Amino acid sequence: MSDLIAPADEDGLAAAIAAAHAAREPVAIEGNGSKRGLLRPVQAARTVSTRNLSGITLYRPAELVLSARAGTPIPQIEAALAEKGQHLIAEPPDTRAIFGSDRPATLGGIVAANLSGPRRITWGAMRDHVLGIRFVNGTGEVLRSGGRVLKNVTGLDLCKLLAGSYGTLGVMTEITLKVLPAPEATATLLVAVPDAAAGVRALSAGLGSPFGVSGAALVPGEPLLAALRIEDFAPSVTYRIGRLRETLAGFGALTTIEGEASRALWRDVRDATPLAAQPGEAIWRLSVRPSAGPAVVAAAGALGGRALLDWGGGLAWVAAPATAAAHAALVAAAEASCGACTLFRAPEDLRQSVAVLPQEPAPLAAIGRRVKAALDPAGILNPGRMRAGA
Amino acid sequence: MIALPAPKPEILARREEIVAALRTIVPGDGVIGEPTRLKPYETDGLAAYRQVPLAVVLPTTTGQVAAVLRYCHETGVRVVPRGAGTSLSGGALPLADAVVVGLMRMNRILEIDLDDRFAVVEAGVTNIGITKAVEGDGFFYAPDPSSQLACMIGGNVMMNSGGAHCLKYGVTANNLLGVKFVTIEGEIIDIGGAHLDAAGYDWLGLITGSEGQLGMVTEVTVRILRGPEGARAMLAAFKGTEIAGAAVDAIIGSGIIPVALEFMDKPCIHACEAFAHAGYPLDAEAMLIIEVEGSVAEQDDLLNRIKAICERFDPISLKVAESAEQSLAIWKGRKGAFGAVGRISPDYLCMDGTIPTSELPFVLKRIGEMSTQYGLGVANVFHAGDGNLHPLIMFDANDPESFRKAEAFGGDILKLCVEVGGCLTGEHGVGVEKRDLMTVQFTARELDQQRAIKTAFDPQWLLNPSKVFPLEGAPVPLAAE
Repeated sequence: MSDLIAPADEDGLAAAIAAAHAAREPVAIEGNGSKRGLLRPVQAARTVSTRNLSGITLYRPAELVLSARAGTPIPQIEAALAEKGQHLIAEPPDTRAIFGSDRPATLGGIVAANLSGPRRITWGAMRDHVLGIRFVNGTGEVLRSGGRVLKNVTGLDLCKLLAGSYGTLGVMTEITLKVLPAPEATATLLVAVPDAAAGVRALSAGLGSPFGVSGAALVPGEPLLAALRIEDFAPSVTYRIGRLRETLAGFGALTTIEGEASRALWRDVRDATPLAAQPGEAIWRLSVRPSAGPAVVAAAGALGGRALLDWGGGLAWVAAPATAAAHAALVAAAEASCGACTLFRAPEDLRQSVAVLPQEPAPLAAIGRRVKAALDPAGILNPGRMRAGA
Repeated sequence: MIALPAPKPEILARREEIVAALRTIVPGDGVIGEPTRLKPYETDGLAAYRQVPLAVVLPTTTGQVAAVLRYCHETGVRVVPRGAGTSLSGGALPLADAVVVGLMRMNRILEIDLDDRFAVVEAGVTNIGITKAVEGDGFFYAPDPSSQLACMIGGNVMMNSGGAHCLKYGVTANNLLGVKFVTIEGEIIDIGGAHLDAAGYDWLGLITGSEGQLGMVTEVTVRILRGPEGARAMLAAFKGTEIAGAAVDAIIGSGIIPVALEFMDKPCIHACEAFAHAGYPLDAEAMLIIEVEGSVAEQDDLLNRIKAICERFDPISLKVAESAEQSLAIWKGRKGAFGAVGRISPDYLCMDGTIPTSELPFVLKRIGEMSTQYGLGVANVFHAGDGNLHPLIMFDANDPESFRKAEAFGGDILKLCVEVGGCLTGEHGVGVEKRDLMTVQFTARELDQQRAIKTAFDPQWLLNPSKVFPLEGAPVPLAAE
């Protein structure tokens, strides 16, 4: 662990980055460090953290917007929203169990990793709800993109560029999100299916129905269960679950769970708990076209591992032995359907020795280097976090 | 008037050579070089600005687009990308020394996959064309800009277009999976695909809404969604804009997100009623059109909840559609709003700012004062759920002074939007129209940062020049790679 600098405010953070830029000294960027085990390790003598930039700075429930400093813990934001009957739309996973962290993720960390949960299938990814950011670029300048209104196409959208850039293009200091009312009621239809292929067909039939399915996962177990969630006003939940039962009657035995039982199931799916990853195993996250999900399940099985499918089959969490061969097999499985494979968790030697993210075609990689140079000319922000030597 | 850069004489002098070179890339009638035939391309939806381009090229394949861009890059020729030419911000306005690259001949639907819920279409397919291709199976493409009959998906991607239903379904950026992207160097890059989240930097998010500054898009993979069982609208009219605004807050606060929530002020109600005879209440200061989705019973439940909320705000009238036909009648006036204003004024400018919704009463009051001050009429339509305001400023294009005043009035409205915490453009884009106002919203350093990112894609600044970024402030030199 390198020396930790945790400035008390945005000016202090900007000064720390400006000093690192002037000295050409690489710095690791983090919030609470809860996802330090994600992607590649950063080699830097100093770590700059946003953890002391904390607190909700604006919350207008009727306008569906919330702004918070980047270091604000996600549970604090969720609690403030719950008080007004609202929630985070993308339902980001709590990765504490996966990474063995005792500190919760921060807003900045979740946005920088663009992590989304089950609701992503219908309501969009974390990055889709970022309305505005303040950030410090690699020279120490404080800049803004977007704003605090729901519709904004003014200028290049650097919010989306920085969301999912893992702190390599800038350090977000404050983020404004779109939020939505939490549903009055929720219920989940469980369909017992013989295998993943049948399960994905059931999920696809549900997602192709007019009933607004907001979660579609395959929960491992005996039997394998296709889970379809409805979130809405109570009368609508009753009606829609009923219609879904008719739609999916031919796919297998049906049961319905409601209220807290349903919510608990989706928290588990969100956090990949049913994957039951063992401490020594590596974890991958693959984004593929939904119908390719069963092939990923098969690939995981062939490696002696397991998979959990969410997003109608389009998101595969895989746990398998932490080997370069397993990584290569899963990368190939993703590429077979033109999808993307991310090495999510692995021992340090593995995540240092393989490409943890898909390779980009050469012309795009060249643009990527130029964009990186435009934001971080000295290359000091999180070097090596996403790709070796970048 | 907004200044455009002087054409480069050395490029104008090469016109014949450039046209000939383009003809070797795009055979047949795909290259237009004769000045008389260039006329239809001189403007877009911002018709006050006109400029005949050097040439127009209409490729039919991605390979041709790449070859055209490579040629322009290698020989220093400026490029103006164009879809249907419906931009309201002058996004497709040509320059005298630029080649317009129009994608209207790339209009094939390449793949539809209902199981995986996506469609791959060429950039020149119209917005409505996507929905038409899948609606027989109950699916639709969600973003619905009011120009959707004409506008093309490639232009929608470049401008990140919205529509009346984006409160629930999001804008273009939220409904894309991938694009085929062509760089100014002529490289063809597939970004994203049929899966939800590509790993690595979010190039798709950066390209969407980039207004042709970074490259061109020739194919688009969009999400298609299963449509709801049905939808129905209601109308609620109030004695004051503040009261209507409070009703909107109360609806959202109750946990209901209507699929559409449209606001019209008194001048707009009058214009629309005269045009469409939709039965709008003429004594109202403000009117809401609220649409919900679901089964008939669900629609009843939601409309009853909304009706009960509106009743707390002493409405002048509440009309809940009893059928799809009545719903259409309620929408008829709103959908014809622009045409309706066009009937009472020879010309109008359609503005497009966004404000925090709580600022609506203050902003409408200020716009009313400005209207008096400038001596120009204004009617306001407003996507009330998301704060996107469309003031329609009425003027006479035959009177240069009237146009000058209208532009100044529009500029003042947009500055006001920024002052109250909003932005210059919610869905129409900056284009040429709002270019010189960018310094109101962004600091010089923020603009330089955006310019540096543009330079990373387009080192010579050949792509859609003189749009988005104010002309003063030269491109930032790129750090050595």
